[in-house]
Amino acid sequence: MDATVAMATHPASFVRKPDSWLTKLFDYKPFLVFLCMLPTAGLLLVFLTYPLGLGIWLAFTDTTIGQSGSFIGFENFEYLMEDPVFWLSVTNTIFYTAIATAGKFALGLWLALLLNNHIPLKAFLRAIVLLPWIVPTVLSSIAWWWIYSPQFSIVSYVIVDVLHLRDTYINFLGEPWPARWSLIVANIWRGIPFVAITLLAGLQTISPSLYEAALLDGASGWQKFRRITVPLLMPILAVALTLSVLFTFSDFQLVYAITRGGPFNSTHLMATLAFQRAIPGSQLGEGAAIAVSMIPFLIGATILCLYGVGRRKWQQGSDND
Amino acid sequence: MSITRRDSLALGVAAIGGSSAPLFGAHAAVTDVPMADVKPPNLPIEKGASLHVLRPAKFVAADEVVFKANVEKFTAATGVQMKVDWVSWEDLGPQTAVIANTGAGADIVIGFSSSPFIYTSKIVDMTDVATYLGAKYGGWYDLATTYGTKWKTKEWISIPMGGGTGPTVYRTSWVRDAGYDKIPNDHEGFLLLCEKLQKMGHPCGFSLGHAVGDGNGFVSWALWSHNARMIDPDGRVAIESKETIAALKYVARLYKTMIPGTLTWLDVSNNQAYLAGQIGLTFNGISIYYAAKNSSDPAQKAIAADTSHQLAPFGLSKRAPQSATPLNAMVFKHSKYPNAAKEFIRFMMEADQYGPWLSECLGYWCNPLKAYSQMKFWDADPAVKPFAGAMDTPFYDGYAGPVSAASAAVTANYTLVDMFASVATGTVTPEAAVKQAARQIQRYYKGA
Repeated sequence: MDATVAMATHPASFVRKPDSWLTKLFDYKPFLVFLCMLPTAGLLLVFLTYPLGLGIWLAFTDTTIGQSGSFIGFENFEYLMEDPVFWLSVTNTIFYTAIATAGKFALGLWLALLLNNHIPLKAFLRAIVLLPWIVPTVLSSIAWWWIYSPQFSIVSYVIVDVLHLRDTYINFLGEPWPARWSLIVANIWRGIPFVAITLLAGLQTISPSLYEAALLDGASGWQKFRRITVPLLMPILAVALTLSVLFTFSDFQLVYAITRGGPFNSTHLMATLAFQRAIPGSQLGEGAAIAVSMIPFLIGATILCLYGVGRRKWQQGSDND
Repeated sequence: MSITRRDSLALGVAAIGGSSAPLFGAHAAVTDVPMADVKPPNLPIEKGASLHVLRPAKFVAADEVVFKANVEKFTAATGVQMKVDWVSWEDLGPQTAVIANTGAGADIVIGFSSSPFIYTSKIVDMTDVATYLGAKYGGWYDLATTYGTKWKTKEWISIPMGGGTGPTVYRTSWVRDAGYDKIPNDHEGFLLLCEKLQKMGHPCGFSLGHAVGDGNGFVSWALWSHNARMIDPDGRVAIESKETIAALKYVARLYKTMIPGTLTWLDVSNNQAYLAGQIGLTFNGISIYYAAKNSSDPAQKAIAADTSHQLAPFGLSKRAPQSATPLNAMVFKHSKYPNAAKEFIRFMMEADQYGPWLSECLGYWCNPLKAYSQMKFWDADPAVKPFAGAMDTPFYDGYAGPVSAASAAVTANYTLVDMFASVATGTVTPEAAVKQAARQIQRYYKGA
């Protein structure tokens, strides 16, 4: 036993000196809390609040690349209100997010249920499933760009030159609706792993005894899914849904790499349009206004996901009846 | 002579890891550029000068190899320490803005097109250097004057160093099979050729998608060859005209002869389709030919041998209705060594340095000074000859208005490309498309 421990075990034998003001300060809990949060708060202020604030400020100016602008009030937003391209990007974004998220969750949940079974090479398969999520989006976007190419598409090649089902190559991206659906398919492909792995984690927290009890009560597979799996998965589903909606809503790389918003702006999302106007187009103020316009949608979507899907009484401590 | 230069390119690439300067230093002085005996401006280089240069990243290997060798020659000749940053094309604009607004960083920025016009108050007057170069090398082409001088003055604010352009690129044998020995210069003849090529299974292809260079280049040709213009010389939007409607209707007909899918084409798409033998004719820079010629694949080499270039069809225009994207060098006032900076640009434009750069890039950056069009390498390879006079054009982005950043915004937003694409596919009437485009253009020209 060394001296320190001996001292601690016999506190009475240790006469404390009166605390210095510094010691008192550090013993003061609110101060300590403030101090411990300072690094994080600093990081958030510098890297989140400042850029966000700057972005919002820019949206109310006519700044261009190279010229610092002046405050112009709502003029950028007034112009956007009358800009058909902007409204097209808004409806595109909402459509894209809604359909792609639904697709990701349907397929992701299905995949998670499959992977939750005892299958050979389970760990290996789970790792494989993550691939689309791991590959940098720019790289997978370029792969999809080749898949959708009007001249070199592997899909068209198989259908036309191998199976002889069609005479001409498929024009995936040449018309507005096919282009939108093509991008949604690529986005779903990319988003499934995130949903599947998250929901798989959720599935594994569900106690097998619940299923055993249901089995004894004679529940069918659908009943077990509907009455046990779904309710118990809801909390994690809400979180996954929120994140997935946010990722999809602010998607940029896929669209930018595959179509740049074409043909005639029919696949522009708000994020790609904001970039196009702000950086290549030099109109920083207008681009910022488009980006700022995304914020209400994002907040709305978050609230909808967290409160609409996630609100369960038992989450607040009562029964889930 | 030109062949030995091009062969030395391979050596240059191999030697770049080590010291490539001696190799290029060994270049004989360029003797095939006619030059007048003019005294260079008196610009004594400041003591202990060092320069920081920003320029766009290379697309063809020789661009970087020869440029670096020339920079080393400058250091060897003057003792000025040089630092060159190669910046990706999209980052160049924002980086230039930071340099201009903070007054720190690079002394020289070799930007694109209208970039110097955004910073006129922050850059050094270049009239002395430009006047000297013009006098020595047979004068500047129109496009260089447009992008080098303040609107309607003789004040030079920048030095255009070269321009990337996109003439007609076509497969000689397929066009011959269609019954032509060159590309018809009138609209109807050109359309007929494209129809014939389509019937033969070698259609043409021009990007109507969001391809910054190719898409905008193609639709600008359509406008200018119909005598349509986006802006009038007083800076007012002039796109709403019967000439524009005619151009739109023509492209709608031409679109029917193209390979399917050009609405989705990005800048590399026509290169890929051409090199895969899927199209017989397109508009493009030297990059298609350059890639095929320098390929180790015999099939690609065969395509290069069967490739010709010709200026884009004139249509109703009196001069070649195509433009070029110029490299435009500016010296910032915050530089501590403005004389050294001017001397550097002058040095790079002199025949001993500019000659090898021009010839080894094989017309990738076309010459802004007339005398360089007489270099022998242009004649050694008929395929590259049309690039010799590519900056001899009155046309530019935002023609015929004052050069400004507004035209760059229109280009970046594909306003004209979308106007043509929506009419070509029959989505919108020509009249409605022009109205919509005029509104967008108006927006960017409002503050210009």
